Amino acid sequence: MAQLASALVTMILGVLGCAVYFYGSNILLDKIFPTKNRPAQQVASNLRIANSIRPWLFLGPAVLLLTFYLFYPVIDSIRLSFFDRSGEEFVGLSNYTWLFGSDEFFESFRNNMLWLIVVPTAATFFGLIIATMTDRIWWGNIAKSLIFMPMAISFIGASVIWKFIYDYRSGGDAQIGLLNAIVVFFGGEPQNWITIPFWNNFFLMIILVWIQTGFAMVILSAALRGIPDETIEAAVLDGANGLQIFFKIMVPQIWGTIAVVWTTITILVLKVFDIVLAMTNGQWDTQVLANQMFDWMFRGGGDFGRGAVIAIVIMVLVIPIMVWNIKRANAEMEGR
Amino acid sequence: MIASSKRSPLTYLVHATVLFLVVIWTIPTAGLFISSIRDKDQLSVSGWWTALSTSEQLIIARANDPKTQVQEGDQYVIRGNILEGSSGSVSKFGFSSLEPEAFEAGTVADLRKGQTLQVMENGDYAFSSPSPWEGRSQRIFYTAEIPPRFTLDNYREVLSTEGLGKSFINSLTVTIPATIIPILVAAFAAYALAWMRFPGRALLVAAVVGLLVVPLQMSLIPLLKSYNLIGEFFGVGSKTYVGIWLAHTGFGLPLAIYLLRNYIAGLPGEIIESARVDGASDFDIFRKIILPLSFPALASFAIFQFLWVWNDLLIAMVFLGNNEEHLVLTGQLRELLGSRGGNWEILTASAFITIIIPLCVFFSLQRYLVRGLLAGSVK
Repeated sequence: MAQLASALVTMILGVLGCAVYFYGSNILLDKIFPTKNRPAQQVASNLRIANSIRPWLFLGPAVLLLTFYLFYPVIDSIRLSFFDRSGEEFVGLSNYTWLFGSDEFFESFRNNMLWLIVVPTAATFFGLIIATMTDRIWWGNIAKSLIFMPMAISFIGASVIWKFIYDYRSGGDAQIGLLNAIVVFFGGEPQNWITIPFWNNFFLMIILVWIQTGFAMVILSAALRGIPDETIEAAVLDGANGLQIFFKIMVPQIWGTIAVVWTTITILVLKVFDIVLAMTNGQWDTQVLANQMFDWMFRGGGDFGRGAVIAIVIMVLVIPIMVWNIKRANAEMEGR
Repeated sequence: MIASSKRSPLTYLVHATVLFLVVIWTIPTAGLFISSIRDKDQLSVSGWWTALSTSEQLIIARANDPKTQVQEGDQYVIRGNILEGSSGSVSKFGFSSLEPEAFEAGTVADLRKGQTLQVMENGDYAFSSPSPWEGRSQRIFYTAEIPPRFTLDNYREVLSTEGLGKSFINSLTVTIPATIIPILVAAFAAYALAWMRFPGRALLVAAVVGLLVVPLQMSLIPLLKSYNLIGEFFGVGSKTYVGIWLAHTGFGLPLAIYLLRNYIAGLPGEIIESARVDGASDFDIFRKIILPLSFPALASFAIFQFLWVWNDLLIAMVFLGNNEEHLVLTGQLRELLGSRGGNWEILTASAFITIIIPLCVFFSLQRYLVRGLLAGSVK
């Protein structure tokens, strides 16, 4: 309780601090460059100076935070990748040669590629069919809400949920994991799913697909609603059947949105960490880049050089999407 | 839209498919919840889908201490009830681990030297012997039909002894400021980027869009180093709440600025222009016009940030560490996965505690969440 009280106090102080900064700096600016009861000439020049400073008062805290938390670290990570484990001694490219010579890296890289192919595809696919179908039934909104729900669940919570489903009991004990219970019901042999190399990756991916399908569904559903009715009516008049309408009329009109959904999930997948950490911690050939990086950050007191190299690989994979996003945003700005 | 007639077989197929998908999507969470309120002995031997049926369990009980024996005629008898008041019925019993189901309930089992054991269906048992009982109390093996039992014991246990209660408060301590601070900082920046003219604006917007996708992993190591330095400098240690609030603020800012800028830039320019003409300063415009009008966007981002911070594990592990005092719910759950891996009564209850708040937020404020998602990606 004392902790919550102190958190509350700090919170109020923090919020007040922000408010005081914005309020105070504005008043200060108006005091230094007054615009009331002054000769017209001075008013004009003061107004001009004040107006050129004010945006930076508004932007100040944000720019500082972005610089300290995102911009500077990116640069520093690149620098650290050329340094040793403590980040003090320059070691040239040796972290890079270590990385490209290590089997663990290729294992995580391969797994990341698998994740990249499977998760965005599956989530977008399920999202699209669910969005199409739920738009046509009266209880569609309830269905959507339920499928959307896993979005609110943490990756670690979702991992516990699914670990319970994959639970395995050896011998003749009754299976309490749903998947094995179903397998046994149909006369199969129960398996310890998350320890089967290669295939266990897919059991981990299912968790992320389960979480992300709702996201894809919500966005694609809005895009589908935006399709002009006339195009569909015209196709119906021309005698197109349901599937033809879906693939030839509806899907082409929402390609842009599908691409956005796809890339958003792709970025998320590149950073996937919690699920692997919780389910296997990279054992049984399930390692991925983000978890490997976390591992090196703390393993044996931490190896910052190697950790930074792995982070850079993730960053390089993200760059194409980043460039595409910036281009899109710029095009939009010009369109305004 | 596609179906031309309403009652075609296709419509039924759609209903069935959606129902099927909804069931698949909800069953995992439902299973977790049902398991978390089951009795822990039942949970460990039967699947949650059997929660409503009676389960058969093999149980070992210890009889009352020999000191409680009474003399009845020439027999020394120890009496008691193995079910200890809970409902259920005994079907078989035994006195050795080799043959735990040797006798039907109600029959009399011969031990040695004239000693006998009788266990009734309702759990009453009687050990009798011609000579006084000595030594340790006797073991009884029995098989019982236990009716379904639902309980909140699992929750009580994890909240008190497993430290979930403390973690819950820690999570709140981290989440609330980490949600509010970025909103304030971002709202001002978003207004400046949307409605104020200054050199470098387009560049800043592009930078924000670029930073939107920078992986967190790039920041972790340099920040960890900086935090250690700063902590050393002030002599406060590197893992503090202020540290994690600011970290979440920094990482949340690109999305916050992007969302809010898009929204604020879409507000009608005439209102802002006419306020300017009337002599309102930018600060007044922001406070009196922009803030109230952008409430929906602020709410959207607040929900995002809340869910993200509450559900975050990585940042909490790096910037708050693994020590008992500071563990947030997600961190605690991860610890439990390691230390109590097979104790599903603990894991399910803990997991449910960690997801209950986000689920409440989700279901009550879904409208804003959807709106935010759409603004964040479709535009």
